[in-house]
Amino acid sequence: MDEEPSRTWHEIVRDVLKRHQVKLITYVPDNVLRPLIEGVHADPFFTAFSCAREEEAVGIVSGAWMGGLRGIVLMQTSGFATLPNAIASLAVPFQIPVLMMVSERGTLGEFNIGQSLVARTMRPVLDCLAVEHHTMTRLDEVEFIVDRSITQAVATQAPCVFILSPLLTGGKVFAK
Amino acid sequence: MSTSFAANHPTNRDQAKVMNRFDITKRMVARLKHDEAVIGGIGYTNFDLWAAGRRPQNFYMLGSMGLAVPIALGVALAQPQRKVIALEGDGSILMQLGSLATVAARGQKNLAIAIMDNGTYQITGGQPTSTEHGADIVAIARGAGITQSAWAADESAFEELIDLAIREDGPWLIGCRIDREKPVDTTERDPPRIRDQFMRGLGVKK
Repeated sequence: MDEEPSRTWHEIVRDVLKRHQVKLITYVPDNVLRPLIEGVHADPFFTAFSCAREEEAVGIVSGAWMGGLRGIVLMQTSGFATLPNAIASLAVPFQIPVLMMVSERGTLGEFNIGQSLVARTMRPVLDCLAVEHHTMTRLDEVEFIVDRSITQAVATQAPCVFILSPLLTGGKVFAK
Repeated sequence: MSTSFAANHPTNRDQAKVMNRFDITKRMVARLKHDEAVIGGIGYTNFDLWAAGRRPQNFYMLGSMGLAVPIALGVALAQPQRKVIALEGDGSILMQLGSLATVAARGQKNLAIAIMDNGTYQITGGQPTSTEHGADIVAIARGAGITQSAWAADESAFEELIDLAIREDGPWLIGCRIDREKPVDTTERDPPRIRDQFMRGLGVKK
């Protein structure tokens, strides 16, 4: 909090992932996630690469967990909307702590109606599957939420979703 | 790539012998001498893997159609010293063709993919897949960048390819034309147990 006020959300996330030995980062790119993606690519601690689809990224992180390597999937809201099957038939029943971080589109100034509609499916899907999820809105809560939730995901063998609110990241600015 | 690799394999799906899934799955399992991991895709692919003998290094999917290759890639990334084989059906791989490009881009040396291709969604009533209409998974894999992709001409060629995939750096893709026989058994549907035994089989849990 006030000891290192200059750290950005993505630096905090990167450092917490590192502390928890979350080495594998699979993602489908997103503009808001770009600094985090660049940060993990720049750090040899991480193995980071893009996938063709979010489901594929979840499959890779699931396999890696079973092989002893921790990972997280990065995506945006529309990508999350492709995941209910993989979460409901792989992560949840097999008790695999797949970590997911979603850059939230569709709210607080969205300009694309498709994004605003698909975004409304995210929390109901997570709630009906009873998957733990946290929306991060402030810089001072990022470290606590990510740190504690990774610990819980591993301890309880359950997936967890971190939602990056535009209040935290600035979101994607209206483009004509 | 060895010279024999390209030499004696059919150039397309039509030229490959139609084999039996349970028979070639047994042949594959018999050649796994170093605790290789096997990811069995959903449906009859993993039913016959289950029937071919329980191994703690086998993972049996129950749902999430199409994710055998991504799961196998994840295991391969986590355990680079272990060979990992994804067993997948034609209908399943058609859902996740992008994963072939991801595997190629990673150049994952310890990964092999075997496709059981009978040209149908057999478990749902035998509706034809697009491989029955000419889509060639081996050609698609080569196009995605998995250069070491081949059709197994027959059972002995399949065994040679499995041996090669275990011995030499991958990634590999082996196309297998199979018949439409029913699987010999049904996988026990107990996901936490399957996952727990697999993790113990990989030495991740004691």
